[in-house]
Amino acid sequence: MSIKKKSKPKSGIPTSSMSDIIFMLLIFFMAATSLKTVEGLKVKLPRARSIAKLDTPKQSVLFVFIDRTGRISIQDKLLNVEDVSEVIYPLRRNDNMLTISMRSDQETQMGVVSDVQNELRDASALKVNYSAKPK
Amino acid sequence: MLGKKKRPPAEIPSSSMSDIAFLLLVFFLLVSNVDTDKGLGVVLPPPGDSEIKLNPKNITMVLVNASGDVLFNNEIIAVEQITERARQLEASNPNMVFSVQTDRKTKYQDYIDVVDQLTAANVKKLALIGTQ
Repeated sequence: MSIKKKSKPKSGIPTSSMSDIIFMLLIFFMAATSLKTVEGLKVKLPRARSIAKLDTPKQSVLFVFIDRTGRISIQDKLLNVEDVSEVIYPLRRNDNMLTISMRSDQETQMGVVSDVQNELRDASALKVNYSAKPK
Repeated sequence: MLGKKKRPPAEIPSSSMSDIAFLLLVFFLLVSNVDTDKGLGVVLPPPGDSEIKLNPKNITMVLVNASGDVLFNNEIIAVEQITERARQLEASNPNMVFSVQTDRKTKYQDYIDVVDQLTAANVKKLALIGTQ
């Protein structure tokens, strides 16, 4: 074993790993942005115990937001109750698996929710998921 | 082996970099999967006013008023009791349909509480008739 004093380590940014670092950052930002793309209205989801994961693939899930004042938003557009079925019907026709995820506020009055549900029935979008947070 | 240790070269090991990147990729994939939507799944009745004749014996009415009180088969009970009662009814009659009706001013949370309780009782037939 030869024991030699090491010369000063080379100072310089290693360029070979640069591509990996860039790749890492790319992944990070992709993940971070996809987590942040929750569109829609500001709602405080209700709490429930027996919640289950949604078994529909993500691309077949349509979010319907109803906030506490009764405003309805689908795909980032504010709608009147009467227009809900019109918007959903073409989507439903193109996608048999379409599941409506109701993201409704705790304080929303059931009147609006049930009107929306009737619209969903008119559009034959019968699979509904009430989004909730664990208790 | 008593000699002074060599100083390790001050360089980021580039060979493991791809592993780290891959690890992060897996991590974020998992994290974003965990973030999927959770909730109570229901199936709405088909459109139209197709009245399905049901034996009144097979219907359990669950009414929720504007202040969140629950009337279960014409009896006021606490929300927490619904699971147990529903389970009993479901066991005695597998064809039992639970019909949840609310007031237009009922809070969504109260409604979810009721649906949650019924889901916990493994109720198969849930009719959401809506508001009165």
